[in-house]
Amino acid sequence: MNHLLWLVPASPLLGAVILGLCGTMLPARATALIGTASVGIAALIAILIGLHWYAAAPPSHIFIQHLWTWLTLPGLTVDIGLYLDPVSLLMMLVITIIGTLIHLFSTAYMAGEDGYSRYFAYLNLFVAAMLLLILASDLLVLFVGWEGVGVCSYLLVGFWFQDAANGYAARKSFIVTRIADIAMLAGILLLAVKLGTLAIQPMLARATELWPHGGTWPTLAAGLLLIGGLGKSAQFPFQTWLPDAMAGPTPVSALIHAATMVTAGVYLVVRLHVLYLLAPDVLLTISIGAGITILLAALAALVQSDIKRVLAYSTISQIGYMFLALGVGAWSAAMFHFLTHAVFKALLFLSAGAIAMRLDHEQDIFKMGGLRTSLPLAFWSFLIGAASLAAVPIVSAGSFSKEMILGAVWFAPGIGPGLWAAGLLGALITATYSFRVVFLVFFGPTHTPVTGRSGAPIAVPLVLLAAGSLLIGWLETPSFLGGDRLVMTLLHPVLGSPASRSALTILIEAAGFIVPLLGIAIAYTLYRSGHWQRAAAAQPGALRRLLRSGFGFDALYEILLVRPFMALVGALRHDPVDHVVTLISATTLQLHQTLRRSQIGQLRRYAAWLMAGSIATIALLVFA
Amino acid sequence: MVSLSWHAPAVLAAMLLIIGLIGLLARRSLIFVLMSIEIMLNATGLLFITAGMRWGNPQGQIMFIFVINLAGAELALGLILLLRLRNLLTTLDGDAANRLRDVEA
Repeated sequence: MNHLLWLVPASPLLGAVILGLCGTMLPARATALIGTASVGIAALIAILIGLHWYAAAPPSHIFIQHLWTWLTLPGLTVDIGLYLDPVSLLMMLVITIIGTLIHLFSTAYMAGEDGYSRYFAYLNLFVAAMLLLILASDLLVLFVGWEGVGVCSYLLVGFWFQDAANGYAARKSFIVTRIADIAMLAGILLLAVKLGTLAIQPMLARATELWPHGGTWPTLAAGLLLIGGLGKSAQFPFQTWLPDAMAGPTPVSALIHAATMVTAGVYLVVRLHVLYLLAPDVLLTISIGAGITILLAALAALVQSDIKRVLAYSTISQIGYMFLALGVGAWSAAMFHFLTHAVFKALLFLSAGAIAMRLDHEQDIFKMGGLRTSLPLAFWSFLIGAASLAAVPIVSAGSFSKEMILGAVWFAPGIGPGLWAAGLLGALITATYSFRVVFLVFFGPTHTPVTGRSGAPIAVPLVLLAAGSLLIGWLETPSFLGGDRLVMTLLHPVLGSPASRSALTILIEAAGFIVPLLGIAIAYTLYRSGHWQRAAAAQPGALRRLLRSGFGFDALYEILLVRPFMALVGALRHDPVDHVVTLISATTLQLHQTLRRSQIGQLRRYAAWLMAGSIATIALLVFA
Repeated sequence: MVSLSWHAPAVLAAMLLIIGLIGLLARRSLIFVLMSIEIMLNATGLLFITAGMRWGNPQGQIMFIFVINLAGAELALGLILLLRLRNLLTTLDGDAANRLRDVEA
């Protein structure tokens, strides 16, 4: 079964090529079929490989499919190959299955839009690039996938390019991640130069062999790669691009900007965790940065009025939790949270899309309201997603993974309890802002009438993802709920087993269980008293404006980076070096303008000048 | 033999040159311009002979023969050009022959 692995990225790529080359000639139904089926086939193969793996895993828990050699340079050979281990298997399953559901959803959501085939071509290309990213056996091939998803993100954010604001958002997301990618490329080159190979496993083996724990080179390499990961995952200080990326179609936000691409940074650190273990300073930086990200993004989400921006900030915050787990070395907890987050965040975005479809693309939560009865399916799926986001205990997937992270963080040496407190505060705010949206959108009076109807392509993904959000947490439960260890067992050969837990865990878990309920209670109280409705109607105060703009990072970067850069551009666009050259031509031209006035065609005047010149010459010869 | 001072012919040559120059600058008719040039050439010829006399050197007289030849050749060419110009412009006014000027000046 494993030898079919190459088909997994190849099938969406083929779909993208077909749709890209002759999509405009195909009818819409054929476009939808090709777009969805190409990912569906990949999902089917991925599931088969997964089942096969479950029945009989390879002895080393690694399967490498070498395809061909890409580059052979003195001292460096790059092979195009696919590398399957439990981590990439998990990622592959999530990407292909959720990808299929989102493609299915898109067939209805994008129906009748201009560029229907272009949309599916981009989306297929994205899935192919993302699969190449996670399956790459070589860091350089991974980087190709990395840039591929970046390009597709750019193309899809700016999908409705007729509106200049969407083009601006697309450019912003592209440029911010590109700045981070430059650091990542530098890190890859550093590893290539210092270790002589970029094939991930041999490279990590050589790193542990050659580099001391906490040395300069591993810290530098891990730090540079981390910057790339933070950029892609929209973590502090690169978080500014993600809320603007919501300009794209909602299924795109679900797939790229929630479930898959933005977790690429998490995957990168997990993939290279051996290298990160050599760089404890970088791990510390990760966890502190993650703590900051969680709180900044959660507070910003608390005051947004656009439903997609709330979800965007919640994505930043939830990926912050994954990075928090990475910072304390809880790799499998991060992967588990990635799994649950991918399911429930895709569900939330698709529900938001399903609502927007029926409300004439209204996204302001204060203009919605009372949708509980008119849109029951969207209500239940959004409620389940929000419960999972808020980590409502037992019933939601999010609570299991968040518990696991907070439990692991508590036991981190040194700053563990501080980070745990930040994470817990973040969980409180998360529960508040997610149920603020639930109450405002689905309860109270109706503000916008509901039109149209939704078909099976909308309902099937919502139902399946909602079921996933409820059930997927049971793959991995705390000891007092049965202690299933399916995800841990799968990931164990690569990532090792998590640290054992002491008696204090019960208290920690109790705190983690109570806090989300407390957050929901706060949300309900503030909703009942009409606080949010009044705050939205009133003139926002300075604090509110600061929070709404995501702590003014856009304005800060505008002053610190954009303005100086544009000033430099303004200075350079007139080509100062060129002035030296143009000075010569300008002087010649000026002399020409002066001298041409003497050309008057008057013979007598010429003779006079001739005479004057002769006299002057003679005078010079005689007297000088 | 009466020894002549070289001053008087030199002054005469200078006067002739100035007369010729003034004629060249002041007259518009090309016939007069040519004649003025002849006067100026004769002035230089006279100055050569005077200089030969002053230094007792025959080369001054040789130069004068050259100048005469030169003036004859120049006059032949000048008259041809003058006839062509008269055909072309139907006038002998030198100021009218200004077609080679810079257009904007």
